[in-house]
Amino acid sequence: VTDHPNPAISSWRVQRSSAASRIGSCALLFSGLALFAVPHFFGVNVVQQLTSLFIFLLLAVMWNALAGYAGLVSVGQQAFIGLGAYGTIFLTQRGVQPYLAMILAAVASAAVATILSLLLLQLRGGQFAVGTWVVAETIALLVSLDQELGGGTGISLRGLNVYPREIRTAFTYWLTLGFASLLLFLLFLLLRNRTGAGLHAIRDDEQAAASLGVRVWPLKCILFVLAGFGCGAGGALTLANTLFIQPQSIFGVQWSAYMIFMVLVGGLGTFEGPIIGAILFFMIQYTFADLGSWYLIGLGLVAIAFALFLPRGLWSLINNRLHIQLLPTGYHLLRL
Amino acid sequence: MNWINAIVQGVFLGGLYALFACGLSLMFGVMRIINLAHGDLAVIGSFAVWMVATRAHLSPFIALLPVLPAMLLLGYLLHRTVLARSLRSGPLTPLLTTFGLAIVIQNALLQIFSPDVHSLGSLTGPLSTGSWRLTDQLSVPYLGVLILAVAILLLGAFQFTMEHTAFGREMRATAQDPETAALVGVPASSVYARATAIAVATAALAGTFLAIHSTFEPSSGPTQLIFAFEAVVIGGLGSIWGTLFGGIVLGIAQTIGAIVNPQYSILAGHLVFLVILASPRGRLIATGSVST
Repeated sequence: VTDHPNPAISSWRVQRSSAASRIGSCALLFSGLALFAVPHFFGVNVVQQLTSLFIFLLLAVMWNALAGYAGLVSVGQQAFIGLGAYGTIFLTQRGVQPYLAMILAAVASAAVATILSLLLLQLRGGQFAVGTWVVAETIALLVSLDQELGGGTGISLRGLNVYPREIRTAFTYWLTLGFASLLLFLLFLLLRNRTGAGLHAIRDDEQAAASLGVRVWPLKCILFVLAGFGCGAGGALTLANTLFIQPQSIFGVQWSAYMIFMVLVGGLGTFEGPIIGAILFFMIQYTFADLGSWYLIGLGLVAIAFALFLPRGLWSLINNRLHIQLLPTGYHLLRL
Repeated sequence: MNWINAIVQGVFLGGLYALFACGLSLMFGVMRIINLAHGDLAVIGSFAVWMVATRAHLSPFIALLPVLPAMLLLGYLLHRTVLARSLRSGPLTPLLTTFGLAIVIQNALLQIFSPDVHSLGSLTGPLSTGSWRLTDQLSVPYLGVLILAVAILLLGAFQFTMEHTAFGREMRATAQDPETAALVGVPASSVYARATAIAVATAALAGTFLAIHSTFEPSSGPTQLIFAFEAVVIGGLGSIWGTLFGGIVLGIAQTIGAIVNPQYSILAGHLVFLVILASPRGRLIATGSVST
């Protein structure tokens, strides 16, 4: 706080964190640390369920980074989910240790995303959406034609069965939690630093942001590569959690449907929204997944309703009333 | 000779893709949105014609007569209930709502009709199987000629409507500037609703020809949306005859891919699309420099 000769200005103060955000970040940090202890206290089934929850969380956060901040609605993130999973298979077939292979496969997905960004980021709006979808379909076809990767019938991840089941699920869980924390932290850094103002500006109006000097292309590129990395990790982790994959399911467009649902319900373009969305989606899936197509009809209708009537999701209901941010990514103006 | 035959078959297949692409292109041209449920709306049309044709023992072409007005109405209501509202809330919302709609339609069809694969080919008799045999290896299928002719007629009708009728003028005005068009008495929502109605009806027409030409099932929609989109982009967004050209390029790519290996058919189409997107022409299309 500096004293300004003009009293009208000196009576205001810019503040980054508030009591709520301090409590929120501490709570998030401690619950993150506490979650690492889960395998010590709970059985294999709970650990596996929580692993799939954190995979959903990871994917929701990545899809939100694209759509919520860069204005890129992707219907083809399953391309990277599949690449992460099949990359892991490819590397383990060549003798790489499975957990190392998963990390390398996520990095490889990011590399593919870097190349594809040159092609796809020139597209706008709906063209980008369908363009990513075509890429996902192309990669799925290429994979299903490769007999060494199991063709269309699917393939199992070998090399993890040497570990006892408890150890294996715990390792996969820790790796999932590690990836989720890492990506949340990276996104937080992006949003809190100078890039954050740019991203928020692009979110609100891309053309206006560009005209004010925000460099739109590099920011979009960073988020697309980050999302490629995150979705690749999500795919590799899904493989480690289920040990078997088929091209039509790992490259299925239902992943995009899930991601869109989680982000729309939680809150598009907010840091907290996808976290809420993922938890809700996990509970809904746990309860209703047996209903088959009725369940998916319900998901679609709820997503449409949120897009039309509550576009900033459930988090906006909380945020509008209480003006809380769990993490200090923005600025507040306070009267002294 | 094999190659020439593949190219000829590809041209006819392209007619079908152009038919699918018409409605997608119309909605993009007028409203600047890509309807992600386009393929699924077409499959609703396939199922509707299949129901009428099998229940009333009619030819699919006669069954189309009641289905087309119903699809017009469906498109009109779709705009009035969902799209109009989503257009008001920014450029991303129509994508999200039409994607949600696609999921709902696919699963509703799955629930009602089961995942069985159907075809209308058996109901049209020699039309769907017969062909003019020019040489030993070159033949011209009746159905292919019919589909291509319908596609050309439909695109010609679009062109005529756009350039020579009051409704076409309203669509062009609204596409250029909805606010100014509204100021001179052309309400955008009414133009949009009519354009959506026409787009959905042409989708149903395309769905019917798909059902006669090959097979359909509740999950056929996304593939047809992707083919239609590829045809539109290859031909240049917003260009009416470009759509036909794009469909034919895509069709030829697929039939030539299928000669090499039947499994490569769809892959070849995707690859041609991606190569065109990566080429300088693709960059022009993406930045919107290519137009009518």
